[in-house]
Amino acid sequence: MRASGVSGVRSILIALASTVVFAVAIVVVVSSAPGWPEVRRQFLNREVFRESLDVIPEAFLLNIKIFLIAEVFILLLALLIAICRSLPGPVFFPVRALSIAYADFFRGVPTILVIYVLGFGAPGLEISGIPRDPLFWGTVALVLVYSAYVSEVYRAGIESVHPSQEAAARSLGLSRAQTLRFVILPQAVRRVMPPLLNDFIGLQKDTALVALLGPVEAFRQSQIEVASNFNYTPYLVTAILFVLLTIPLARLTDWLVLRDRRRQFALGGAR
Amino acid sequence: MSERTALSIEGLHKRFGDLEVLRGIDLAVREHEVVCLIGASGSGKSTLLRCINLVEPVDSGRIVVAGVEITAPGVDVNTVRRKIGIVFQAFNLFPHMTVLANVTLAPRKVLGLDRPSAEAEAAALLERFGLADKRDEYPDRLSGGQQQRVAIVRALAMRPELMLLDEVTSALDPELVAEVLNVIRELAEGGMTMVIATHEMSFAADIANRVYFLDAGVILEEGPPEQIFRSPANPRTQEFLQRIIAAGRL
Repeated sequence: MRASGVSGVRSILIALASTVVFAVAIVVVVSSAPGWPEVRRQFLNREVFRESLDVIPEAFLLNIKIFLIAEVFILLLALLIAICRSLPGPVFFPVRALSIAYADFFRGVPTILVIYVLGFGAPGLEISGIPRDPLFWGTVALVLVYSAYVSEVYRAGIESVHPSQEAAARSLGLSRAQTLRFVILPQAVRRVMPPLLNDFIGLQKDTALVALLGPVEAFRQSQIEVASNFNYTPYLVTAILFVLLTIPLARLTDWLVLRDRRRQFALGGAR
Repeated sequence: MSERTALSIEGLHKRFGDLEVLRGIDLAVREHEVVCLIGASGSGKSTLLRCINLVEPVDSGRIVVAGVEITAPGVDVNTVRRKIGIVFQAFNLFPHMTVLANVTLAPRKVLGLDRPSAEAEAAALLERFGLADKRDEYPDRLSGGQQQRVAIVRALAMRPELMLLDEVTSALDPELVAEVLNVIRELAEGGMTMVIATHEMSFAADIANRVYFLDAGVILEEGPPEQIFRSPANPRTQEFLQRIIAAGRL
């Protein structure tokens, strides 16, 4: 790092100045638009904002609940699918074909359709013993769809581990299952942490789709607030809540990736 | 040296698609014997070692290890591999595990040792090969020579009856070769039965009880190192050794 002091301060100042100019330009353009006063009244009403804060965060807890429960099942189901797809040999052909068909199907069908079909169709079968709760079926739909995506992420990770790792493990006498469990998967999962998180951010947002079946989560609650106030500010509150939920998850993953890199590689190594 | 046979191979064939890599290999190794395989790259040395470990499935022929035919149908490959240690050119350590975890994984999961005894054994082996202070490091922080020594220790931790070394110094910087060869020398002195594929001719001449010369998937010549290196009978062996001498490797 040559002349780090001077050039460091200089680049910070340039970044700062550029950001200020950019922000001022946007504020000027937006606030000078002819419709700005009306948009401001409709979307940035302080009173409605405060009122929404009383009810929407509570409804948002339902989104978090759906997300957390779905995530656990997605991680397991997706792993199962990815492992099925990586099984070698002609004997496992049907298993491989089935997992490929699964991933193709659920990545292809719009999430909203799966939610509708399961949410209204499954309880409609009136089979005794199966739940009729739309919340249950909405969550199941999310699990099915996102498992397809996440299984592809796992698969990419599994295939990125060099075959010599498997050869080394098998030559020590480890079984195929032990090799997968102790050698392949730990390396695979570490490598796919960022794309895995990406899918989970998508999942967090799509919990709002469950509202279509009736449960009052944050998005549905904000619709109710909008209707009763004739003002769109509750949508802003909901948007902020979703973003706030995403940020810690993103930082957590950054930290996990960094910690791993520090542990495995000498500090200051190639970047 | 014992008269008991540790490893015998009869009529071994192996092909990859159209390419027949091994074309009828016959080979026998007695207990406590050190056998070196020499030959040009692509002559089939590595494939032969990988077949002995059943990492590569065999097309035809018999491999018998300690009296058990491991190529017979229905043999449990995991049980076979426990008795045979293999060390690869590229080390193949598990990068997500510390040195100690690399060494103890198989003893714990395959032999069923509990963690304290597996770690005690591993620590003793690491100590013996000058790696005691590296036990908590991750492989990427070690030099190539250290990594290869860890790989040898990892194989030894399974208490193998037979060690296969596949060009274990070929990926190393020249100044790191000696430390690995010294480890192998120590194993030989300890009576370990070994089959070593190598390009280090002077090392082979020094350590081997017998040397096999492979060319295009067949064994062309076999004998004690003095005979193979000083007065090779086969013209191809002579040609190969002349090239090696010209390259300053013998």
